Amino acid sequence: MAGAFAEAGADLELVDLHKRFPGFTAIEEMNLVIPAGSFFALLGPSGCGKTTTLRLVAGLEEATSGRILIGGKDVTETKPYQRPVNTVFQSYALFPHMSVIDNVAFGLRRRGISDAKGKSHEALALVELDHLSARRPAQLSGGQQQRVALARAIVNRPALLLLDEPLGALDLKLRRQMQLELKSIQDEVGLTFLHVTHDQEEAMTMADTVAVMNKGRIEQLGAPEMLYELPRTAFVANFLGQSNLFTGPVSGTTATSIAVDVEGTRIVVPKARAERHTGTVTVGVRPEKLTLHTEAPEVDSSRNLLGPGRVIDVSFSGVSTQYILAVPGAGTVTVFAQNMGVGPLVADGAEVWVSWSVDHGFGLEDEAPPAPRFDADTDTATIAVQKKRALMSELEEA
Amino acid sequence: MAFAAFATETAKEQTPRRGGKIALLLLVPGLLYLGLFFLVPLFSLVFTSLQAPSGVNFGQFEAAFKIENYAVFGQYSEQILRSFLYAVLATVFALLFSYPLAYFIGVKARPWPLLQNLMLVLVIAPFFISFLLRTIAWKSMLSDESPFVTGLKAISLLAPDAHITGTPFAVVFGLTYNFIPFMTLPLYASLERLDTRYLEAGSDLYAKPFTTFRTVTIPLSMPGIVSGVLLTFIPAAGDYVNASREFLGGTGTAMIGNVIESNFLLSNNYPAAAALSIILMLAILVIVLVYVRVSGTKDLL
Repeated sequence: MAGAFAEAGADLELVDLHKRFPGFTAIEEMNLVIPAGSFFALLGPSGCGKTTTLRLVAGLEEATSGRILIGGKDVTETKPYQRPVNTVFQSYALFPHMSVIDNVAFGLRRRGISDAKGKSHEALALVELDHLSARRPAQLSGGQQQRVALARAIVNRPALLLLDEPLGALDLKLRRQMQLELKSIQDEVGLTFLHVTHDQEEAMTMADTVAVMNKGRIEQLGAPEMLYELPRTAFVANFLGQSNLFTGPVSGTTATSIAVDVEGTRIVVPKARAERHTGTVTVGVRPEKLTLHTEAPEVDSSRNLLGPGRVIDVSFSGVSTQYILAVPGAGTVTVFAQNMGVGPLVADGAEVWVSWSVDHGFGLEDEAPPAPRFDADTDTATIAVQKKRALMSELEEA
Repeated sequence: MAFAAFATETAKEQTPRRGGKIALLLLVPGLLYLGLFFLVPLFSLVFTSLQAPSGVNFGQFEAAFKIENYAVFGQYSEQILRSFLYAVLATVFALLFSYPLAYFIGVKARPWPLLQNLMLVLVIAPFFISFLLRTIAWKSMLSDESPFVTGLKAISLLAPDAHITGTPFAVVFGLTYNFIPFMTLPLYASLERLDTRYLEAGSDLYAKPFTTFRTVTIPLSMPGIVSGVLLTFIPAAGDYVNASREFLGGTGTAMIGNVIESNFLLSNNYPAAAALSIILMLAILVIVLVYVRVSGTKDLL
């Protein structure tokens, strides 16, 4: 590979990849194919093995077993400098003793490519930093350093570009701007991008395909909308956005849907959106799909109904308001409501019902989680609220 | 108005106060020390170097302005050149030995702090024994009767009539040995701070290990290299212990330090000795300035 520019991105294939460190397993049996030219995001909490995966692909760590193929060629045994891969490091790792232009030209010079300087200036122009090419990295701001790191990687036209949380150190506004820039650069140069992040919003806005990792394995992989609409496990349902989850035995089945009995309340989920159709099943719904009712609504077979419950927390966040309800039998339920009117719909302590369209529910493939140690209506949030009420009434009496 | 006064007051507090009485007081011991042990001897040396023989007694001199004293430079040019040659060789060898050692302690041994500390103690341990004693020990280890030399002669690696002590080899060896810790410690200090992520970045950008070493590791450890080289070269150029006949040297290995010593202590030619000292000092100063300028680490001076 070294010596030639990749015309386009290449496939990345991980076959039965394992990585064990002394004392723990970072990656357990990873099988993954990333098609050429795609923007792929590995999403997961810290310590889930996503950075290790990236380092394995870059060659900075050695796999315990398994194979890594780039563009169909086995690179498992090769050294990092032999792989057609470049990394944008989380710390940027710009060489502090070199000017910006020398940093960018470093890879080209090592491969003996002619006109390294001209190509580096082009790459810097792409990230709109050509006017700072004579500076040292320490003289640049965090966002500028990040763009230099990006230019230093893409100038080599690697078959595969690895991004290790490169936007982590930037403030929110700059991060948004860089996300859009990264995406447009990827469209422009057509390379395969493998982006590691713990920011679910970043993963969803940028990537074509997102893989959610947990404890060294990929929990679920798919397009962002698909992952959000149909999470397969409780981890994905809660890591990618928020979810209201209810567990209970399947009490009835029709041709198109299953009904789950959650402490006396019937929750219906379409079969097509449920992973398992028998036994004890966990079903869920996204908080923004719920509608709040201040009076008991009429029973409608196309909607699931929970309630009555009590509002235990209202938090206003501009665009929407988040309500937390304590519903006997169903535990706490989170509702996001758009702020269409002025002020919150209901106040703290109000009695409410929630409903949602049957089509919006989803069923998880997880086995039932262990039985809760406390009754659902006495979780810590409820206890805190009850304590507060008791104190208030005591104070009023006094 | 009141607000403005308030604002300037707070702004003043933020800038470090200059010329505070306490700061001056704290500087006094250092300035006294410098004056007493650096400036006074320096001026005394300059005056001595310009003295002329009093003509009454041998070994007595009187104040004069005898600039011709500096002509001893020509008389001892051989020893001066030899000093710098030996010092350069010892510095190069010390660097070649110390760099891998410092790299191992500072970078490779990072996962094992106990090993790191143990090896650092081993580097510093020789300082616990007098420098003269250690050099004497090497003299007996390298002497003609030592098992090492008789062994080398037995397997014909050394000619039967050859010696090790008294040769340039022994002197350069002694200098290298004695100054290795001065090279290793600054190198360790800068390599210990080396961020290995830069090495990963180099390897990610198609640089083979040696290229990464040449283009990333060495430039990043340059402050350590420069200070190690200065700490080794400056004392090695003026050293008179290793090259003296009582230690590892011989008649043909005299360095400038030995010449100064014999002029001061044996022939009592104080002006010549002082003139040579000043010549040595100026020569080292010029070499160091050129070296620092070339190596590009101006921050050190």
